[in-house]
Amino acid sequence: MKKLLTLLRKRPSFQAWLLLLPSAFWLFVFFIAPLFIVLIYSFLERGTYGGVQWHFTLENYRRTFDPLYFKTFGRSFYIAIVTTIATLLIGYPLAYYIASRPAKRRGTLVLALMIPFWTNFLVRTYAWLTLLRTHTGLINVTLMSLGWIQKPLPLFGNDFAIIVGLVYGWLPDMVLPIYAALDRLDHSLLEAASDLYASGPNVFRRIVWPLSLPGVVAGSMLVFIPSLGAFVTPAILGGGKTLMIGNIISNQFLAAHDWPFGSALSFVMMAVMLAATLIYFRATSDEERRQL
Amino acid sequence: MKRYTLLLLSVLLVLGLLLSACAKATPTAAPQPEKTEQPQATEAPATEVQPAKEIVFYNWSEYIDPEIYTLFEKETGIKVVEDNFSSNEELLAKLQGGATGYALIVPSDYTVKIMIDQNMLAPLDQDKIPNLKNLAERFRNLYYDPGNKYCIPYQWGTTGIGYLDGQVDKPESWSVLFDPDPNAPYYGRMTMLDDAREAFAAALIYLGYDANTTDEKQLEEAKQALIRAKAALSGYDSDTYEDLLASGENLMAHGWNGDFLQAQEENENIAYTIPKEGGVIWVDNVCIPATVTPEQKLAAEMFLDFILRPDIGAMISEFNYYATPNKAAEANLDADFLNDPAVYPPQKVLDRLQFIKPVGDAEANYQRMWDEVKAAP
Repeated sequence: MKKLLTLLRKRPSFQAWLLLLPSAFWLFVFFIAPLFIVLIYSFLERGTYGGVQWHFTLENYRRTFDPLYFKTFGRSFYIAIVTTIATLLIGYPLAYYIASRPAKRRGTLVLALMIPFWTNFLVRTYAWLTLLRTHTGLINVTLMSLGWIQKPLPLFGNDFAIIVGLVYGWLPDMVLPIYAALDRLDHSLLEAASDLYASGPNVFRRIVWPLSLPGVVAGSMLVFIPSLGAFVTPAILGGGKTLMIGNIISNQFLAAHDWPFGSALSFVMMAVMLAATLIYFRATSDEERRQL
Repeated sequence: MKRYTLLLLSVLLVLGLLLSACAKATPTAAPQPEKTEQPQATEAPATEVQPAKEIVFYNWSEYIDPEIYTLFEKETGIKVVEDNFSSNEELLAKLQGGATGYALIVPSDYTVKIMIDQNMLAPLDQDKIPNLKNLAERFRNLYYDPGNKYCIPYQWGTTGIGYLDGQVDKPESWSVLFDPDPNAPYYGRMTMLDDAREAFAAALIYLGYDANTTDEKQLEEAKQALIRAKAALSGYDSDTYEDLLASGENLMAHGWNGDFLQAQEENENIAYTIPKEGGVIWVDNVCIPATVTPEQKLAAEMFLDFILRPDIGAMISEFNYYATPNKAAEANLDADFLNDPAVYPPQKVLDRLQFIKPVGDAEANYQRMWDEVKAAP
């Protein structure tokens, strides 16, 4: 024991390793090991009613290129990108507004932004149902009774409803990183720009926007990735009529008894997300990321 | 029947499946209880098995009157805890993923067959279930479990069409779904079950085919019919469709008879019919998974015996509005209920009903075509 202690004192790196042990263990048991199982399963054949048969095959990966699933990937991409752009358009002004308030009020505003998100995601999604329903939803019923529209608007059971649900769901993930970036903005730069007769739009375009870009990229990643894999929102707000890649994956496990194909699809999706992350690292420098 | 606890679970489930795959590495775990059961039966006096103090009942949501748990606990001291699933496939996937701790599960007919074939169920000790005698004759030798060796039929019902009487005409044919009239009031205000086998069964029955066909041409035709139906649907829904009908959001829905009858409490205009081409008949069963301990199994069998009592059997039907296979329970049920053709269809309708059965390797075809329907514009 004493030896161990002296060793620890002499070799600080040992201390670091020792401290890492719990988290490394956690990461291994709950992340690496399951991931490894998914990887192995993705190369096996399906059992007729679930489970796997231990025969090696590449068939599952070949099937991910099936036009049907390829199209679904495309559709998920489309929905995720529109969601990200919409979240950015709503989230950026909001973050800017919060960041430009006096320091005392910012905390309150951030809290106000977060409070609705303490409610369970499913409950919030179902709440949208009450608003968006075609014939009994609050929005259509109100507009119809006011006589502003004759026929109910198609608000539910389509891509629009899915995107509304996703934008709402991930908005804080966009606002917070942008807010963090804007919060750190050196205001003397803005004053300097004004002193040099830069117009308002120019100050934004040439100073504020570039300096907040790391926050924008981080926020976009945080919104894009979960939107791409969404499966609850399309099932509830999309009326189950739009298939996203997350639905196909969950179906492979819960309905189709095809674990290997579900695993292969998960891996392909992870590859796509990894690519997105790499783009993020390319787009930002180490220095910028450290600020966040 | 199939109300639910939510999709969120499936995320956890998928994770759980993966994690528990490690646990599965000890293959002796599953069949053990069966093996140990045998010797215990013979040397019973020496090591008397005591029933477990608490068992978990993995059931469809809103399928049993919670009062029954209270009565059972009062009588036996055994506490029953309920957990819910929302489809047979989910139940199967969860058990295959290695979930243990459930003493009672409620698979439908075809899933019972799969589970028996995969050695996932523990055989019942019928001596412990004397009330088995209350079961109606025709539920004793069903194709999936002749002689009730593994399961007790719980409730049975049909799959057809529920509609809002007065707002739409009674749908005489499945054509309202599969060849929909774009000018009809129900166009765009219908749902279908979000369930590959049920959806295909409806389409196949409409086309005059076997609901369990493996013929690719027939399946392709059914797929086309399902795609035609999709244009007229507001969504696929297995969980809230009856509520959407009751609220007037939708005017018609493909679903299970008891669900519509339950929703009549909210909206008395809801009616249920089985179209002239026929529909699906199903029997849900209470079974004991092979992974139980002898103590849990004994408690589970006591519960099975309890729910087979005439008074409890009637309580179940009064709660979930599904027909009971418990002959003795009928004496405790209202004549109105027993004569309701939506609950007990007349013989000429029964003749047109088909069971969904396991289709083996064709299962993959069904699921793939279902994805094609779901992905269709």
